[in-house]
Parts: sequence; C-alpha cells; structure tokens
Amino acid sequence: MSHPLGEYELVIGLETHVQLKTATKLFCGCATRFGAEPNSQVCPICTGMPGMLPVLNRHAYELGVRAALALHCEIAPFTKFDRKNYFYPDLPKSYQISQFDVPISKNGWLEAAGEGHTVRVRIHRAHLEEDAGKLLHPESPVGRADYSLVDFNRSGVPLLEIVTEPDLTTPADAHAYLTELKQVLQYTGISDCDMEKGSLRCDANVSVRLRGATVLGTKTEIKNLNSFKFIVKALEHESERQIRVLEGGGRVVQETRLWDPVVGETRVMRSKEEAHDYRSFPDPDLQPFVITAEEVERIRRTLPEMPAARRRRFVESSGLTERDAEILTADRAIADYFEACAALHAAPKLLANWVIGELRKEMNERHLEAESLAEKLPPARLVELARLVEDGKITRLVGKDVLAEVLTSGAAAGRIVADKGLAQIADAGALEPLVDKVIAANGKTVADYRAGKKPALAALIGQVMRETKGKANAPLVTKLLQDRLGA
Amino acid sequence: MPPSAPTAPTAPTELTAHALRAAIVARRLSAREAAEAHFARMERVEPQVKAYLTTCREPALAAADAIDARIARGESVGPLAGVPVALKDNLCTRGVRTTCSSRILEHFVPTYDATAVERLRAAGAVTLGKTNLDEFAMGSSTENSAYGPSLNPWDVTRVPGGSSGGSAAAVAAGTAVAALGSDTGGSIRQPAALCGIVGLKPTYGRVSRFGLVAFASSLDQIGPLTRDVRDSALMLQAIAGPDPHDSTSAAADVPDFARDLEAGVKGLRLGIPKEYFAPGTDPEITRAVEAAIDVLRRAGAEVRAVSLPHTDYGIAAYYVVAPAEASSNLARYDGVRYGLRAGAEGGLLAMYKESRRRGFGREVARRIMLGTFALSSGYYDAYYNQALRVRRLIKRDFDNAFAEVDVVVCPTSPIPAFKVGEKAADPLQMYLADVFTVCLNMAGLPGISIPCGFTSGNLPIGLQLIGRPFDEPTVLRAARAYERETDWHERRPAGLA
Ligand SMILES: [Zn+2]
Repeated sequence: MSHPLGEYELVIGLETHVQLKTATKLFCGCATRFGAEPNSQVCPICTGMPGMLPVLNRHAYELGVRAALALHCEIAPFTKFDRKNYFYPDLPKSYQISQFDVPISKNGWLEAAGEGHTVRVRIHRAHLEEDAGKLLHPESPVGRADYSLVDFNRSGVPLLEIVTEPDLTTPADAHAYLTELKQVLQYTGISDCDMEKGSLRCDANVSVRLRGATVLGTKTEIKNLNSFKFIVKALEHESERQIRVLEGGGRVVQETRLWDPVVGETRVMRSKEEAHDYRSFPDPDLQPFVITAEEVERIRRTLPEMPAARRRRFVESSGLTERDAEILTADRAIADYFEACAALHAAPKLLANWVIGELRKEMNERHLEAESLAEKLPPARLVELARLVEDGKITRLVGKDVLAEVLTSGAAAGRIVADKGLAQIADAGALEPLVDKVIAANGKTVADYRAGKKPALAALIGQVMRETKGKANAPLVTKLLQDRLGA
Repeated sequence: MPPSAPTAPTAPTELTAHALRAAIVARRLSAREAAEAHFARMERVEPQVKAYLTTCREPALAAADAIDARIARGESVGPLAGVPVALKDNLCTRGVRTTCSSRILEHFVPTYDATAVERLRAAGAVTLGKTNLDEFAMGSSTENSAYGPSLNPWDVTRVPGGSSGGSAAAVAAGTAVAALGSDTGGSIRQPAALCGIVGLKPTYGRVSRFGLVAFASSLDQIGPLTRDVRDSALMLQAIAGPDPHDSTSAAADVPDFARDLEAGVKGLRLGIPKEYFAPGTDPEITRAVEAAIDVLRRAGAEVRAVSLPHTDYGIAAYYVVAPAEASSNLARYDGVRYGLRAGAEGGLLAMYKESRRRGFGREVARRIMLGTFALSSGYYDAYYNQALRVRRLIKRDFDNAFAEVDVVVCPTSPIPAFKVGEKAADPLQMYLADVFTVCLNMAGLPGISIPCGFTSGNLPIGLQLIGRPFDEPTVLRAARAYERETDWHERRPAGLA
C-alpha cells in the first residue's frame, strides 16, 4: 500500500501555550477573569507604567511546576526570567517577561493513544511567561475605523509554553498528543484549556524529508491554529505544500506562516530575514527563583492519577473496553463520578453504559456540568436505577425516562416507579391481548414479516412497547409475537 | 543650651534636618514657617540655580500644617516631621507630574507614589517639589535635561554634577533641607561632591525601587542628599527596608543607622586603592583626599593600601550593562498609552519612530542605540556577557579588599564642577566623570560622598567612603568621624542672593 506522503515523511514539533488557572496575573494582583469589560482588570504594573516592577505570583509558578511534573519533566532547582524585547501596541512594556535559557522545567514526555499505536512525544521544555493584551479593530460606518484599541485585561496573564521535540510524524498523532495534553492539564487543574477563550493556543513547526533521511528538512512555523481541527488541516496542507515545493525542484524557505481557516491554506507571515531579534537578557527586576527538592515532592504528591493510567486501570480491573475507558476518562469529573458509582456496584460495565449512554445525553440536553453531576445525581441514585433495570423491575426503556425524571425532580428512582406505575409487565396474560391488537391493526407489516422481511418484527415489538409505554418485557413480547405469527 | 550650639538664630534654610526637626518639635519654629522660608528662598535663588522642575507649594503647606497640628495636639510625629525635602523628578509622585527631565514624559502624572516617597511622607517630611536631572538619569551634569541645566550654587557658570544635579543644587542652595536622588553610576555621589554636600548610595536592594523610573534596573538605587552625615542616616532610616512590591529589595533587617554614628574610627581599617589615585585626577583633589585620609588616621583609623585591579574596566563594562538595560527599560515609551505621541497619521511604525525621535534627547537616544547593539544577536557574548564577567571581577576585587579592610577611601570625582558646556560636546569625557563611582554600582556596594575641602577656585571636593554590602552603619560612622574633625560641611555658598 502506498503511503499518503509517498517517499516523504513529516516531522512536527508543537509549541502549546496554556493559560494557568490562577485568580491573579503573573506579576501583579489583577484578576484574570475571562470576558470582563475591556481594561477593567488592569493596573499600573500590567499596563507598563513608569517605575512599576513585577513580583512573581507564587501560585502560578507552582501550577507551572505541577504541569511540568505531570509531563514527566525535570524541575530546575533554580530558574530565572528574561525579557523578550519587541514593539507592539498590545505589549505595554515593549518586552515580554519569559524564560530563555533556564526554564522552570525540561526533558519530559507524554504518551497519547494514537490510532492503533501509542504516540510517545518528548517534551523539550515548559516555561512560564506573561500574555500580551489584545488589539481591537472597531468598525466605523464606512468600514474599519482608522484607529485601533487595546484591551490589557489579558496583559500579564500567566502562560505555560510547552515545547515538544520534533517527534510527531502525522497530523493524527499531533491531534492525539494535543488531546492527551489537554486532558492532563485539565486533570491536574492547571488550565481550562478552552481554545475559544484562548486558554490553549498552538503553533506548529513542520518539515518534510525523504523517508529514512537522518537530517531534518527546513521547517516552517505555522501560527494561528485555534482549533484541533485546524491544526490537523494546517499540518496536512503545509506538508503537502512543502512536498510540492521539493518535488518541483525548489527549496523550502524557513519562514513563519499563518493558517487561514477561511481559505484553508497557510500563507507567509514573515520570512527568516524579517524575524525579530528579541535581544533576550535576564530581567534585572526579578531575582532568580529557587525551589527545593522537598517543595517539588510536595507538589508531586498532590498530582492526581493521570488519564492514561486511569484508562489502563479501567480496562484492566473494571473490564471496560478501550473505547469506553477513553470516553469515561476524557473528563476528570466524569471519571471520578463513574468511580464513585462503581464503588457501590459489582458490575462496572453496566454502570459505564449508563454513564456513557443515557447520562451523557441528559447532561448535554440539560447543559449539566460534569463538576455538579454528583450533586444533581448522587452516585447511589444512579446505582439504584441501574439495579431496578438489572433486576427486571423496570425495562431499560422505562429506565431512561426514570433517569430523566430523577434528574428533574430529584426523587429516588424506586419512588418514581412506584408512584407512576412504571413496573415492568412480564405477565404473558396481560400482554397477549395487546399483542393480538397490534397484529390486527398492522396487517401490512404482518404480511411483510410473513413474506420473510424479518425486520418487520421489530416494528411490531415497538408497537406493543408503545401500547405499554415501554413497560413490557421486550423478550416476552418478542416471544409472544413470534408464537402468534408462526416464526 | 549646650555651649557648642550656634548662638545666633539660624535661618530655617540653613539648618540640617535633625536640627530643624528638633526646632519644630520644640515649637521654636513651625513646619509651615520652615516650608514658607524655603519657598521664599526659591523665589530668590531659583532663577540662578534652576534646581526645580515642579514645585508643590499648596500641598507642601497643607502637609506642614498637618504636622503643626499634630504637634499642637501633643501627638507623636515622625523622625522627619516638618523637614522640607526635594525629590528627583524620576521618583513617581501621585498627582504630581513626573517628567524624568524628558519631553516624552512632559505631561505624565502618576497615580502612585514611589515607595521611598511614601515612606518619606510617612516619616513626616514635607515634599517641596521635583528636581531637575539628566534625562532619565543619564548624565553627569544635568545638561541632558530637556528643560535646561541646573547650575552649581558655588559658581552658577558651572554644572552641579548629575544626574541628581537638581537635588544636590537645591540642598546646597538652601531651597531644600534634604533631597532624594538616584544613583546608577554615581548620580548621587558625584553631584554631592560637586555641590559640597553629603550624598549616600545605599547597598543595592536596601531601598525599594518601586516607583523609581528605571534607567538600569540592576544598578539603580535611591539615596539621600543632605547637609551632613547625621541627616544622611536619618533619611536612609526613613526609606530603607524590604518592599513586597520590589522583588530586588533585600529582606535584610534595617539596622539603627544612628546608633554607632558617633563611635569614631579607632581601630577601623581603611583601604586606599592605588588605582583611584592615578594620574588624570585633579591634583588639588588628590591632595584634599590625602589630607582627609590623614585626618582619619589621626582619629585612630588604621590605613592600608589595597588593590582593585579591575577598576580600569569599570567604565567600559558599565557603558554596556547600563545602556543594555536602559534600551529595554525605555522601550515602553512608545506613544501608545501615555507620554508624547507623534506621527500617528503615518501608521504604527511612524508613530513609534516619531514619538521616540521627538521625545528622547541625544544622550538617551545614544544610550538606547548602544544598549540595543550590545544585546543584539551575534554581539551579545562579546559585549553584554563580557561586561557581566567584568562585573563579577569588580565584585571580587572588592570582596578581596574587604577581607582586609572595613572601608575603602578614595575621591568621589576626578574633577571639580566644570563649566556648563565644557564637556557637553564630548560624551566620552563626560563618561569619565563617573570613573570613581561606577564600580560600586557594578558591585552593589554602599558608598557615601562627603565634603573634604575646596579647590583654589572655591569649588567643593568630595571624599568617597565605600563599605561592605549592607554595612552602611560603618560607612556612616567613618564619614561622621571625619565630619566631626572638620567643618567643610558647614560652609554654604556665598554667591547666591
Ligand atoms: Zn495588573
């Protein structure tokens, strides 16, 4: 089978910026709340007023260390901050405080579940830096106004930049890595990773080379990748573009390219010659920062079980399928909820079906947050409902309605079943008249069935179920119908 | 009255801070009278000296009245109660424009006080106004001010030194009892020497830099300019100490700077660095400093030769490190949020270029370019990193010297006050004015300049005493010991109205 890239292979490295979940900014006391009025969360420090000095937010630093530990990085016992100098109106000091040669952490790795294989990515480094403000371009009656506005609410918000080694070789693997990264960061409470709110942003370095070559090809950097879908598309597009250039006898030019989601292409943003000389040097306003091995251990001990380990455990000890385990662990709160339920029940697989199926559907419809699930539906309630179905007290179909009712009213499942008379009808004597009625009323379907169209039976079963509002025992109905129609 | 006290009443504008505070607390003089006397003197001498850029008469009188009212009610007042002080105009003052003597901040009014200013006010000081400086503290004469030079009260055809020239001139001219300056390469000590007053640069980190408009962050330090050493201790006491708003302020405990002030120099080991007595220094200055060393020896100090072999590289390294930091610190003046904005109609780049071209003076522009170059990729190691290596060597020189001596003694400036315009055309000559002062900033050490004589042309000469990190008490004690033996600090310029 020929490979989609032919004789070429793709080499990808990702730089991901995540916003750390702190109440205040990295170097001042301003709030970091998303969506506030422009310039309502600013002070003289984060707007670069004369004489103002940064003071490191210790919590942001610890969150950074926590993330680095979750990514199996080495933590630098000593770290420092540097200034990255460039002019732009959204950058109030005209330099960004970042980390240059002594990042808080380096040399980690992350394993992600790829399609049929495990994707192992080395983390080159993870470092802290401050975010810039945001430019706004107002509209005037005749088009774009001839001025721009700057919102500094985001200026100084703490970011962790996570840089991988160029270990990824397909857009799908890049997607798998990002999915896993997002999960780990959400699990550890480090970031919301909400791309729409800009709390996760990604740049990609891409190059292609002939399969088996040992030297890396010339890379381009792609910016403005603000959804996982775009990342995959941009990587596909960019690798194809580079191969076309090489096949045409040309050379890939080192440059920064911008992904245009409307056109679905990358285009040149700036060439290597136009690249900034950031003139980085140690920020003299901040002292080098020291962390002891004990402090690192203290932070390490607070790390929860990582999603990959949890998935493995769900498969190995709870007997779930890989797919179910993946769905359940995608959100830490859901996984926690599932485990709380499973602790009260001997058959985790059955509970997994409830959580993955009906419960997630109800949550979507009700816009119910995973975090508030345990409060809205205590694990014991869900287990009670599952038992009613297992024990044949109610049908699975009725069970779905009861779940909705439990969520709406907050009453116990048993009580709802009793009050509304929802118990299963498993008495042939009670069902036979209904079966006869359905057969009499659906001559065409009955004829179809008799003519060999087996699926027609399902329609008849459905009719009986409707007559009983879902309470009829389905196997019994099937048997009665088959007997009557002479299967 | 003790017999040594002056018998004739002295004008409030001639008193020291401690004497003035004592008079105010004893109700021999009100804080309002003291403040008013200073504003009155300003009217007479400011046209000649031009020390101030902004005066704050109404708020100053209100603050003075508040002090008087507290005293009248028998309430306790701070250690600087009623003392009229001046602030270098690179110290941010809430509601009062802070220009850094630059066009780019001509109309900039901060919404906050610098920590040092806040502490000075809390100690009861009455702030009279903001003093002139070389633009963004870059210079040694105040000639680099966008608002014209200040002049030396001892000879108004000469410069007061810089960059805290306005503060030094005000204290010497009797238009402030004491002042705050900032010292990046000698900017407190050199003008103090040229104006015949006391100037102290504390250890780096001793005083918070929060609210000091940055020139070179790893070198800048705020300190007092005063009429005697006791006032220097008093002012330092008020402003020193850790500040949660400045990560580089030291956690070190603040000692009582007055406690050992009168302890003398008996047994104290003084180091005389031969590198600071090289040819090139005005011979009158060398003689005055040698005579001062004799005074200290006779007072009981033990004098030894020490060597600071990397002194010669100090200026070169300083003129890499300081501009490098400045190029970044001053990048925020871009016309976007505050300060001068020009050329906006030509688009973003034109706005940046035109605002900065019009906003910055030649010396500031020169240093921004120097610093930008020194940090550029391909030059960083040859310049910036090399300068940092020199900085470590200079620090080590001092460490070695302080293993053998307690205080290093040398001239503050190689030359006395020079004529306005004399060196303005030659930046290199001007840079050499800092030759004896920059190494302390590079090493972060405390240093004081005290008056130690006059040239034949009646221009003041400064003696510099340098101490170990955070050992201001020993520096002040040695300076005070010298001051007790001499009366240079009691001389006031006679030429002013
Ligand atoms: Zn802020």
